Amino acid sequence: MTPLLRLQDVRYRYPGASQDALDGVSLSVGAREFHAVLGPNGSGKTTLVRIALGALEPLVGRADVIDRPASHWPRQDLARLVGVVPQREDNLFPQRVRETVLLGRYPHLSLWGRERAEDHDAVDRALRACDVAHLADRWLWTLSGGEYQRVRVARALAQEPRLLVLDEPGMSLDLKHEMGLFELVLGLVKTQGLGVLMITHDLNLAARFADSLLLLSEGRPVASGAPGDVLTQEIVQTVFSWPVMMQTIDGRPQMVPLRQPKETHA
Amino acid sequence: MKWIILGAVAVIALALSVVLGPAAVPLGELLRSDIVWNLRVPRALLAFLVGGSLGVAGASLQALVRNPLADPFLLGLSGGAGLGAVLAIALHLSGPWALPIAAFIGALAALGLVYRLGLIGGASLDPRILLLGGVAIGAFAAAITTAIVSLADAAELRNAFLWLWGGLSGASWDSVLLVALYAPIPLVVLVAASRPLDLLALGEESAAYLGADVERVKRRVYLAASLLTAAAVAVSGVIGFVGLVVPHIARLMWGHRHRSLLPAAFLGGGALLAFADTLARTVVAPRELPVGVVTALIGVPVFAFLLKRWTI
Repeated sequence: MTPLLRLQDVRYRYPGASQDALDGVSLSVGAREFHAVLGPNGSGKTTLVRIALGALEPLVGRADVIDRPASHWPRQDLARLVGVVPQREDNLFPQRVRETVLLGRYPHLSLWGRERAEDHDAVDRALRACDVAHLADRWLWTLSGGEYQRVRVARALAQEPRLLVLDEPGMSLDLKHEMGLFELVLGLVKTQGLGVLMITHDLNLAARFADSLLLLSEGRPVASGAPGDVLTQEIVQTVFSWPVMMQTIDGRPQMVPLRQPKETHA
Repeated sequence: MKWIILGAVAVIALALSVVLGPAAVPLGELLRSDIVWNLRVPRALLAFLVGGSLGVAGASLQALVRNPLADPFLLGLSGGAGLGAVLAIALHLSGPWALPIAAFIGALAALGLVYRLGLIGGASLDPRILLLGGVAIGAFAAAITTAIVSLADAAELRNAFLWLWGGLSGASWDSVLLVALYAPIPLVVLVAASRPLDLLALGEESAAYLGADVERVKRRVYLAASLLTAAAVAVSGVIGFVGLVVPHIARLMWGHRHRSLLPAAFLGGGALLAFADTLARTVVAPRELPVGVVTALIGVPVFAFLLKRWTI
């Protein structure tokens, strides 16, 4: 079966930059697969998302969504296949939860057509799947950070995509909401057969939930594959430039950073 | 229900502007009066079309530049139109259409320059630069205008200034017909962009991921809204406030979905300007107030009232 998303030997450099933002990166995400891309700040994670979604075109290599280069898809067609929860966005005008989730139906609507019953059904399903149905009539600005993130996932689900891309979804969430969000996403992979590509710098959560990891450092792939193979003490210490200790919980590697008091350098 | 009320308000505003005027026309003779047919009706219709166009242009531009303070005239068009009008008078161009055509060309020139500036960063149209460029081009045009005025014969330029400060006294069936044929094209383009405009409120990146062709939408909306504004300024000068406040009033009552917001802004803008023009030509008759003064005097209290009711 063709993977939903496939990057092959992608190289990219921003105009005017002196270094490649990505070099030699390959990745393949299929249905029912949960992939995470990891790396320190500035390692090329966001560039990878932009290339995967066709916002940037690779200088070398290919980035295909199903059978076509990502940047060649008409945006409306692509939005029916790929739902995205971007890292940041701000609403210019106040909006209610149901309205913002309904925006996820736009790729399915014709130019002059109104929303159909099936569109409202899809919105209801997405609200229920993300456990935010009870918030449907609330204003967005009254939500907590965790509720707001779940609403944004619901909007992406309303697109009825086959691939879900999340860019740092757990940022600024507390423990309960962060774990809840990851459980939600994993549930979607299991029950709805979605493919998921998640960008994060949280090694432990990625290792707990994702089946396959890609670790980037300065735009280059350092390791990829099962969490146990990627997150070894040696690799993590090198990439993140900090001493760590690795443990295993539920068969998945978990990282504990070690103290490095100043006086030891003296 | 909201639509019925808005429709009724629009009809009443149009009716009032036909019935009321400095010359007393008995109601029974309304339909036979030359004053009504050749002056009041075209003037009422032109006011409605211009007000509606400004309302729609304002609502779209506010979404495009992601700034709720954007006004259709903020993007340099008024400066360009003023320069065009002053040049026409300084060059002694004559004929009834010399001023409007010169103003229209001036506005188009400003539009082109601002658009070019907006593309300065590359292939992507940058709304922030549109805003800055618009203010800069407007100021530049105003500086040239002032230079011409200070060098030329002041008496004849007074006309240009008066004309520029807005007014519908030049209305005729010709101008109504012209606007009625011209305005629907950009209006349809803007209404067709309703859903992408909703998405743009989330930011360009999110809009693209939800299926909007962001570059195409930005260009279309900027050009269509500016062409509407250029026509409005050519037939009636710079009428402030309609394009700023009407979209906000419409948003408070209809929400921010452009599908219903744009039609509401059209009807609301049309009604406001028709009503304001009726007041402008009756309250101090036989003299006239600049209609922009009246739009501000009506619009601000209404806006303040709605803000107070709707903010929590």
